Amino acid sequence: MDFGSGRRRTNKIKKEIKTTAYPHTLQFYKIPPTETISLQEFEEFAVERLKVLKAVETVGIKHIRSSKDYSDLLEKDIRNTGLRKILKTQKADDDSENEDVYNSRRMDHISHFILRLAYCRSEELRRWFIQQELDLLRYRFQNENKESRDTFLKQNNLNYDPISDEEKNSIFDNLASSGNAGSVKVKTTEYFKVPFTDALDLVKGRKVYLHKGLAYIACDDMVSILLTVYRTYLSHALAVTARVLPHLQEDDRLLPMLCGLSKRYLGQDYTAKKSNIGQVTAEMIDMLSKQSFPPCMQQLHHSLRQNHHMRHWGRQQYGLFLKGIGLSMEEAIKFWRTEFTKLMDGDKWDKQYSYNIRHNYGKEGKRADYTPYSCMKIIMTNHPGPGDFHGCPFRHCDADLLRQKLQTQGIAKADQEQIMNYLKGSHYQLACGSYFTATHSKVMDSGDTAPQISHPNGYFEESQRLHSGLKSQGSSTPKTPHASRQPMSQTTPSRLSQSSQPISQQVPSQVTQLSGIEEMDDDFPADVMDEMMMGVDS
Amino acid sequence: MSFSDQQELEKEIQKRCPYKIDIGAVFSHRPKDQKTVKAAAFQAQEKELVFDIDMTDYDDVRNCCSGANICDLCWPLMRIAIKVVDRALRDDFGFEHMLWVYSGRRGVHCWVCDEAARKLSQNGRTAIAEYLSVVRGGENQTKKVSLPSEDPIHPAIRHAIDIIHDHVQEYLVNKQDFLDEEEQWQKVKQLAEDFEKHGTNSKNRWAIIEKRVEQSQGKSNYPKSKNLDSEILLQFTYPRLDVNVSKGVNHLLKSPFCIHPKTGRVCVPIDTTDVDSFDPQKVPTISQLLEELDNETSDAEGKKLKDYKRTSLNGSIQVFEKFLKKLENSWKGKLLEQSDMKREF
Repeated sequence: MDFGSGRRRTNKIKKEIKTTAYPHTLQFYKIPPTETISLQEFEEFAVERLKVLKAVETVGIKHIRSSKDYSDLLEKDIRNTGLRKILKTQKADDDSENEDVYNSRRMDHISHFILRLAYCRSEELRRWFIQQELDLLRYRFQNENKESRDTFLKQNNLNYDPISDEEKNSIFDNLASSGNAGSVKVKTTEYFKVPFTDALDLVKGRKVYLHKGLAYIACDDMVSILLTVYRTYLSHALAVTARVLPHLQEDDRLLPMLCGLSKRYLGQDYTAKKSNIGQVTAEMIDMLSKQSFPPCMQQLHHSLRQNHHMRHWGRQQYGLFLKGIGLSMEEAIKFWRTEFTKLMDGDKWDKQYSYNIRHNYGKEGKRADYTPYSCMKIIMTNHPGPGDFHGCPFRHCDADLLRQKLQTQGIAKADQEQIMNYLKGSHYQLACGSYFTATHSKVMDSGDTAPQISHPNGYFEESQRLHSGLKSQGSSTPKTPHASRQPMSQTTPSRLSQSSQPISQQVPSQVTQLSGIEEMDDDFPADVMDEMMMGVDS
Repeated sequence: MSFSDQQELEKEIQKRCPYKIDIGAVFSHRPKDQKTVKAAAFQAQEKELVFDIDMTDYDDVRNCCSGANICDLCWPLMRIAIKVVDRALRDDFGFEHMLWVYSGRRGVHCWVCDEAARKLSQNGRTAIAEYLSVVRGGENQTKKVSLPSEDPIHPAIRHAIDIIHDHVQEYLVNKQDFLDEEEQWQKVKQLAEDFEKHGTNSKNRWAIIEKRVEQSQGKSNYPKSKNLDSEILLQFTYPRLDVNVSKGVNHLLKSPFCIHPKTGRVCVPIDTTDVDSFDPQKVPTISQLLEELDNETSDAEGKKLKDYKRTSLNGSIQVFEKFLKKLENSWKGKLLEQSDMKREF
């Protein structure tokens, strides 16, 4: 009958932990959770955080970060998830004992670490996860008041000394014309001097004044420093996690669940599957390009046929796409060689370019099986420069020229207008969807809605499906995390594979790729698994 | 191939007589042992920060040549590039040891050898390369430089424009005659509101543009034209870096003093204090050097000179030695400091 006293003691201990565990509403997630949680909670936390990250991603595509529209919409979206409590600005210390606050911070903490496990397995997943977590932290940090921000910076050793007024005045013009502050604002804000290597994001965007290796940063921009530090830390941590993940393979409860989790967002990554390799030959590409290629790939194909040459990023974007639709390596070599050797001799091609193709197919170098580029990657990274034809035509093309192109392709006036309207709002993928509907009107039922385009290979498959006259039996759009309570251990194929299709994408029931581990660039002690993994109780 | 010291390298060069040498990073393990160590343990530890500027990237703004050809009319582009990038690296990033090298055919390389630059992370390299990139947009975008009209222009770009301004008349107007062709003029016109006058040659067309910019200052008419002159200058002349070369730590770059296999020219360093007088057409070629070496000569006093001093390569070697000397001195300072520190303990 001494239950009572025992419980009281644990309560007391718990309370102590509670007050010290999460001193601030924001955290850097430095220390992994060590408590035991139920499988159900594990899954619930993960799904809720995934919803938040997904919201961060979609809102980020629609609106400019830090704009009012952005924060309004994001706030609304996060309120609809189980992590809604993280939004509230909390006074830094006095209420951290509060049960509610503790619980929401704990959920924030644990869910972050679960998703780390799920999203550390490949380069692509890591990049996505880091990007969304960074955006989330930026948003939350900017929502805090100055006092709270300062405390957080201080807690993480990011406090610098501001520069003197004299120094500020001597470089006043330079400060006013770099960054987004006007001259009025420069007078009132504090500036900090930090090594430029700590402010790479600002340097990259030319948003900061640099002199002799030092960056002069307005206090509003300190968030960027914070994010740089966080990014470095997180990518390091994910690499460590990936290295130790194989230890988890023995646990047959967690791994399938984690695989399912990462799948939920990405949908398919369109790796060339065994089943479709060789289904497309070099000769078929001309025909297929007219029928089913998305505009970005049509453009690349056209430029290749015209110039008999293509620069590196174009070859990457196009080559991996072709790999994804089922062009085998032998056929790919044939295809590229035939085109390039119209201008150069075969010897030179063999020396300079064939390696590149074999590399993409995982036969050279680090032998990674590269996946085709997604729309996001094409739109956001590797902007085309002079002489380049890659990129997204809706993003990287002058409006007038695009309209002209649409006209020559015989797109109806109304559809053109709709596409141009989407462009104005920077909805490039929606524009692509409209383009799809406009070019597939013959094979689409009137009831069909425009597909959601998020991957060039998805565009291609959807088009092939329609042309072969088969109706889809599931949604073809990539899965977004649903609130559904289905067990995640069963990865639901996003579409049933249809063997009679000319090119079908077989979705493996279980993908346990552990690729990407060899891509890691740092060397860490691989002994953190125990810390990383919290005990799991079912 | 990898070497741990000078002798090893020297021996190997004498043994193999390579016709071309590319230089990469310093690795934690010998690259040939790569397979024997864990993939993650094999890492590039340091490498010079390098830039590669290639004339082929300027094809859309050159009227004289295209592709791998260069001539006296387009070489000023490289002069501008060297000046702009060198200034930014020196003043903005605080680097001191930049070696600019003619690549032997159509471009220039820059090796930044400061310790801070050599130890820079991949992200750091990317950020610097992006900071220095202004001309963007592919074949489907006419306007490749946009300076927002409401915001002031960043100091780095201001400096670049100042440098470019010195070359406008001489290079753009006289040498390239850049607005003479009706097609080019049409392109430029698309960038702004309509002009009243049309002009007949580059000179008066440029004057029209400058006048327009003047008119648009501080007024709301012609909002598209406020930075028109700067945008045009940048689009036509701002350095176009091959950013992928700078970003990667693993990228190889041809060593200085190699012979370019196609042109036979030596990849000589360029003196940054006298960029304007460097002429790629006058760079010695391998056959020229051999000839010079064959002509047995001794100087006036009959003393025998070192072989390279008798050739037209002498000047370039002096540039290189000056660069090395400076680098060495910075090291001496460092080493002294280090030993001072030790003594204290």
